[in-house]
Amino acid sequence: MTISPDEVIWQWGPLVLNRTILFTWLVMGLLVLVSWIVTRRLTSSASMTRGQNLLEVLVTGLRNQIREVSQQEPGSYLPFIGTLFLFIVVSNILAMIPGYVAPTSSLSTTAALATCVFVAVPIYGIRNQGVRSYLKQYISPSPLMLPFNIIGELSRTLAMAVRLYGNMMSGTVIVAILIGFVPLFVPVLMQVFGLLTGVIQAYIFAVLAMVYIASATEAKQNLAENNIEQKLNSESSSTDHEQTQNK
Amino acid sequence: MDSSTLIAAVSIFTAGLTIAIGSIAPALGEGRALAQALSSIAQQPDEASTITRTLFVGLAMVESTAIYCFVISMILIFANPFWNHFLQSTGG
Repeated sequence: MTISPDEVIWQWGPLVLNRTILFTWLVMGLLVLVSWIVTRRLTSSASMTRGQNLLEVLVTGLRNQIREVSQQEPGSYLPFIGTLFLFIVVSNILAMIPGYVAPTSSLSTTAALATCVFVAVPIYGIRNQGVRSYLKQYISPSPLMLPFNIIGELSRTLAMAVRLYGNMMSGTVIVAILIGFVPLFVPVLMQVFGLLTGVIQAYIFAVLAMVYIASATEAKQNLAENNIEQKLNSESSSTDHEQTQNK
Repeated sequence: MDSSTLIAAVSIFTAGLTIAIGSIAPALGEGRALAQALSSIAQQPDEASTITRTLFVGLAMVESTAIYCFVISMILIFANPFWNHFLQSTGG
């Protein structure tokens, strides 16, 4: 039994192929192909194809979730978060197919995904609030916290990678162990449970990425909230004023 | 007891111990979080979607300590670096 699909299965000169690379490309190809086929025939009329309906539900759901989690407009986050979610959820769900090994059950894939988030956080942060204000977060509330902030940034990346890897790998390992002594029905139940875990883990990965990005873009958002609060206060004070005038 | 037996015995024993001890605290924490979330939903059913989402994310964070322990015990059993080193050094 192995705990990683990273062994070489095919080698031709310098070209090395393992199951992780193979199935990663399979998932990517599937996603691109389905999106391409569906978006060939987009309509704005009420009678749409099933594929368009599915994609619209997905995009609307993602936008709503991003809006709820980050309290910001989802436009600029949707491509990144949506890609992460769709890739992880498809690669986890396809684990139902015999012979397929989820690429997310390899630590190299999940580490790569977590590294993407690690890089995306400063990019979004700097784009939203500028270099100076972003770097200021590291020495807040006091410069003493600088090492802890940096360690926290690194450790949460590691935690994201190991969390996804551990969950997906444990599903495979538990099924493999159960086949050893209860080969009937019980592994099937664990596989169904693995489907649930896979979808939840994909959701959690996307939400955590969104939370980290939102926390990097927070300062500006606080500013916006303050503005809104001030506006509300001034409006309420003006209405108070009117009421007193009416009296 | 020669060193190969010692490495194997300690690795297997520690793998069991890791997951046994390491799953106690996350189990207690998750139970507490779930109980709190249930009572919150009972008090404020309108906020159920927000509470559920936060609960899931929080449970994943709590659970990750147990997952670390699981990964470590799996490494000790299936990909033990010391065992591999021993096999290489003896030429086996």
